[in-house]
Amino acid sequence: MLRLEKRPSPSRFWQGATPVLAVVLTMIAGGLMFAALGKNPVEAIRTIFWDPLFHPQFASYSRPQLLVKAGPLILIAIGLSLGFRAGIWNIGAEGQYIMGALFGAGVGLAFYPADHWFIFPLMVIAGALGGWIWAMIPAILKTKFNTNEILVSLLMVYIAQNFLSSMSLGLLRNPQGGGFPGSRNLSQYPAASNPELFAGTGMHWGVIAALMAVIAAYILLQRHILGFHIKLAGQAPRAARYAGVNPTGLVLLCMGISGALAGLAGLFEVAGPAGQISIGFNVGYGFTAIIVAFLGRLNPIGILLAGLLMALTYIGGELAQFMLGLPAAAIQAFQGMLLFFLLAVDLLSNYRIRLGYKKEAI
Amino acid sequence: MTRPELLRVAGVTKAYPGVVANSDVSFAISEGEIHALLGENGAGKSTLVKMIYGLVKPDSGTMTLRGAAYTPAEPHAARASGVAMVFQHFSLFEALNVAENVALGMENPPPMKELASRIKAVSEEYGLPLDPARMVGDLSAGERQRVEIIRCLLQDPKLLIMDEPTSVLTPQEVDILFRTLRQLSAEGTAILYISHKLEEIRTLCDEATILRRGKVVATCTPRERSAREMAELMVGATLTPPERAGTAKGAVALEVVDLSVASPIQFGTSLKNVSFRVAKGEVLGIAGVAGNGQDELLLALSGEVRAARDTVRIDGTGVGDTGPNARRALGLVAAPEERLGHAAAPDMSLVENALLSGALRKGLTKNGFIDWAATEAFAAGIVKDFDVRTPGTHVAARALSGGNLQKFVVGRELSQTPSIIVINQPTWGVDAAAAASIRQAILDHAAGGAAVVVISQDLDELLEIADSFAALNEGRLTTPRPVQGLTVDEIGLMMGGAHGMEVAHHGH
Repeated sequence: MLRLEKRPSPSRFWQGATPVLAVVLTMIAGGLMFAALGKNPVEAIRTIFWDPLFHPQFASYSRPQLLVKAGPLILIAIGLSLGFRAGIWNIGAEGQYIMGALFGAGVGLAFYPADHWFIFPLMVIAGALGGWIWAMIPAILKTKFNTNEILVSLLMVYIAQNFLSSMSLGLLRNPQGGGFPGSRNLSQYPAASNPELFAGTGMHWGVIAALMAVIAAYILLQRHILGFHIKLAGQAPRAARYAGVNPTGLVLLCMGISGALAGLAGLFEVAGPAGQISIGFNVGYGFTAIIVAFLGRLNPIGILLAGLLMALTYIGGELAQFMLGLPAAAIQAFQGMLLFFLLAVDLLSNYRIRLGYKKEAI
Repeated sequence: MTRPELLRVAGVTKAYPGVVANSDVSFAISEGEIHALLGENGAGKSTLVKMIYGLVKPDSGTMTLRGAAYTPAEPHAARASGVAMVFQHFSLFEALNVAENVALGMENPPPMKELASRIKAVSEEYGLPLDPARMVGDLSAGERQRVEIIRCLLQDPKLLIMDEPTSVLTPQEVDILFRTLRQLSAEGTAILYISHKLEEIRTLCDEATILRRGKVVATCTPRERSAREMAELMVGATLTPPERAGTAKGAVALEVVDLSVASPIQFGTSLKNVSFRVAKGEVLGIAGVAGNGQDELLLALSGEVRAARDTVRIDGTGVGDTGPNARRALGLVAAPEERLGHAAAPDMSLVENALLSGALRKGLTKNGFIDWAATEAFAAGIVKDFDVRTPGTHVAARALSGGNLQKFVVGRELSQTPSIIVINQPTWGVDAAAAASIRQAILDHAAGGAAVVVISQDLDELLEIADSFAALNEGRLTTPRPVQGLTVDEIGLMMGGAHGMEVAHHGH
């Protein structure tokens, strides 16, 4: 029989090794599933994990997509991870992402067609501000009235979505768009656009912002007393109050940072890859980033890797759909397996598995 | 004494990874005997009784109950054989009433009405007044213990194991408990009594088995030995009581004026009009049965719970509305009772836990950036100065034994050159030698001019180190009195006498 034994301290080895083990287990279980669907499992897994980066024909298209997709995921997940570490659950990053895009695009379009160097920086500030304001609503309701930030931040997403539709049809609609919903295309307005910085890489300002966020979060958590307080508040709330952490301030700070980063992600997306405000602008980055944050163990480096891995399975999944005719549901199940195994084998960092019953005596 | 033998434990050994908890332990209890199991923390008392109660299996050795082999696989089997246990930490649901709590611990509970009348019958028979319809959340610690005892007595046990039962009782309540235990013993129920309070054992127990580091080091008849002799057997060394310098009191350092705060804890006790002063160099001891506002008082003094500005004053400055770090800046340090989760973060290393409260006074951050090297040195210094037994400063706090973590927490606060020290239960769960060194360190700080508030449930400790004495009773603090000349009876009355006796008697 197997039984679990709690470790006195979490194992550093397994904390690093479990994600690798989870990916291997996913490949085995996913391979079995693909085989059961009548596909060659090795080919299917190669298509998902290898071809997006190295396929001679498709890689030139899909490789830049990796950074384009991973950028917003990482940027949002870094912000969320700070709150999650402190036990503050911002589930509404999708709404903050939308509001960041609306604020940022709004500022840019207000200057159209002027050409000033400061337009794009101003849009960046406005984007962060939009996300921050949207996150402050659940934060203030929580600190003033003790409402549940999970519920409020989630419901704010739906308000933001309706706001997005109304903006695409109303105030921000392209006057020269022939009545179609959606704003002017910012990629055709150089002073307000977020272009690909190096051709064929997918690198844009949002990706750079994501990398900077990773580094800043790493330093914050490892070296700064604020990061220490964030971790402390999540692990031992009473010890945090004893240490002098102000719970209200922490809620405002963590919600604010996650909202601002989600807003930035929205701005970089609308000014870059998406190009315009439209009804279907948001595609779920804000929700997927929650998964990325936990996949990365709420650790900045982990989130960087998890964001890339998540982006890879999306791109590879799409590739497998049209190359091998795999159903979309199978790809989703495959991604679900990855999450399942990651969370399941996480047990190993706090417990060790022993074989056999407890020793019988007497 | 020719009473028939009830339980014999022979050559029992139990090892955990890295530590032998019990090594070749043998002793026997006769029917109706009150047998003390004496030893410091970590001596192996708990492991031994857990084996008798079926929670842990011995690696080797045998146990016999009335001559037959006794190998309880689980507590259920132990109870079926007539072995019952009252734990030190109660397992009661505060939002349920007494009868419901008793029913939850029974194999086949009878209907509620019948159970309630049986509870009442047993409680009257043994002089343990208890109303079956009352909410456990409203009961004092002494009354909660009665719930546990009655739950055991309803099973008509042959052997009753009691783990440190008096740590939560007033002297008067201890008397009531002892009368009950003597009555049980007269009826033939054997009692295995675990404690490190030597005077109690001398008044109550027929025989004593003394454990040290998992081995039986002596058996004796407690009445024939002095408390000091037994203590030295227990510790294996000669003990020196703490020394104190002459008390030269200075100006008032900490003043609390008419402090009333609502408890932030569910089923907690709000503080009501608490007032006291502590001068530089003075040790104020605050006694009280657990749950009478001790936690709340510590929170209000440390700054975790805020009140009106002038209700708490440090050197004359009102700080009642400021947080913990503002008070630390003025020289006040506080060590809460609960080590894991309050004084220390369980999953963080000792280095991180040193930073937790030491960041400000030890200057461990610069512009908010943590100086990890200095923090490590601070943690290593605490480990060295306070003899914290740990493989290193990078292990998680939860990996330390309770006593060692307590030494670390107290050491961390005392190492910050404080001018005011507030400590709740400074030596809870710490072995005798370490407790003596913690008390000595507190007295040394007082001699150095620090004002000290010690909140403790250990009266002996308070009488040993305090200059003045007050008691918390349902959130109210008695007027502090000089320790010199206080009698145990007076102290008991200050602590509120026997909790709940009046209620139970008037009710019926």
